[in-house]
Amino acid sequence: MSELMKTPLNAAHRALHAKMVDFGGWDMPVQYPAGILAEHEAVRTKAGLFDVSHMGEIRVKGPDALALVEHLTPNAVSKLALGQVHYTAFLYENGTFVDDLLVYREGEQEFLLVVNAGNSDKDFAWVQQHAKGYDCTVVDESLHTGQIALQGPLSLSILQPLTKTPLEPIGYYFFTHGEVAGIKCLISRTGYTGEDGFELYCAAGDTEKIWNAVMAAGTPQGLLPAGLGCRNTLRLECKMALYGHEIDDTLQALEAGLSWIVKLDKGDFIGREALLAAKAVPAPRKLVGFKTLEKRDIARDHMPVVADGKPIGFVTSAAPSPTCGINLGLAYVPTALAKVGGPIQIEIRGRSVAAEIIPTPFYKRQK
Amino acid sequence: MFPADLKYTKDHEWLKPAGDGTALIGITRYAQDALGDVVFVDLPEVGIAFAQGEEFGTVESVKTVSELNMPSAGEVLEVNATLADHPEAVNEDPYGKGWMVKIKLTGDLANLLDAKAYEALVSAESH
Repeated sequence: MSELMKTPLNAAHRALHAKMVDFGGWDMPVQYPAGILAEHEAVRTKAGLFDVSHMGEIRVKGPDALALVEHLTPNAVSKLALGQVHYTAFLYENGTFVDDLLVYREGEQEFLLVVNAGNSDKDFAWVQQHAKGYDCTVVDESLHTGQIALQGPLSLSILQPLTKTPLEPIGYYFFTHGEVAGIKCLISRTGYTGEDGFELYCAAGDTEKIWNAVMAAGTPQGLLPAGLGCRNTLRLECKMALYGHEIDDTLQALEAGLSWIVKLDKGDFIGREALLAAKAVPAPRKLVGFKTLEKRDIARDHMPVVADGKPIGFVTSAAPSPTCGINLGLAYVPTALAKVGGPIQIEIRGRSVAAEIIPTPFYKRQK
Repeated sequence: MFPADLKYTKDHEWLKPAGDGTALIGITRYAQDALGDVVFVDLPEVGIAFAQGEEFGTVESVKTVSELNMPSAGEVLEVNATLADHPEAVNEDPYGKGWMVKIKLTGDLANLLDAKAYEALVSAESH
């Protein structure tokens, strides 16, 4: 087994007594001593600080940068204002996922693409392969970039004293450049938790300084360092997709409920033909949210959805929901069954248990 | 770290003989730490007899689930009903308030580990 990669905050996590796990080849904190429930609650009610330096960053710049990113992704890149971000994907010709990502518009012809850690090398190769014939540079900045995510309702009040950049005017899914604790960074009002918050991108070598400054500023207000364990339960409650679960190279964008990132009328992009064909016929399956009816029945990732003992679908992600207090999950089921209120059966360790399809997202913050 | 009056299994359950032919059973501090926050403990009904090694329940944490296996053969006399509302007791007090079942011992304890042997096992697993 090859050695795990380490973020610039590895020593900081160990000093905080984090429990470390292998996540996509990276040595990452799954939780700190407070535990997943406390970290989850801190993000929902106060604030949590995540190390997301493992994420990949690819910069595309040059006269054809816009044309290349439009070609590579289904969302309408030309509609992005300078300083705006959107969620999108890289799709294969058949409409399934290479990865999902954020696109930052840094300039008229300059974009920062933020991709999943585990797919970073594959993504960079994919962008390079398709960049042939486009007049632009494609640079993998992943290993030179640190990233932390401050998430939760107190994020703004914790971060503002550390920067002269006015944070309040930064809209959700917008960003700016500034200094935090004297360190140059990209300040992005984005996140993967369903709460207000900021993601800060900086030079790898500055990450620990900025992490320590935010921790020091936030701890008196109840900020906790937060690991991948609560990151997963937080994003699940908000029905945010995770690669390898709700989306992968066997699942199509439309059945994943991501039609909102697919702009079929924007012109050509990779995967468009397949998605046009898929849209012309009824989708055979859909991603739905469910709850199990008994407290003891806790569904988990990849368990089968069954009818009369036969598999008819599968759970993509599931867990006991810390915020909602019930056992939740997301699953692909045949479209005919995909109705809110409808019953489905999940097979849990050989037992078929009753579940009910419920509206998603399971949790939505009060604005 | 590991109480000397308990017997242990390789699956990280503990058994505490009461001296009157009954015993309490739970999971170790090491096991609860590996699971993280426990949110549900599924326990058997009183009166059921289990063989040594047989699954008698499950313990669910936020992130995963683990089977509970009988350290020794026995019949369930009582289950810890307070875990239904306070599963966190398994994390907070695994050898005390976090006990899971009380059994009437019908098997022997010969092949269980003592504290020293269990400590060696855990030490090997975590390195």
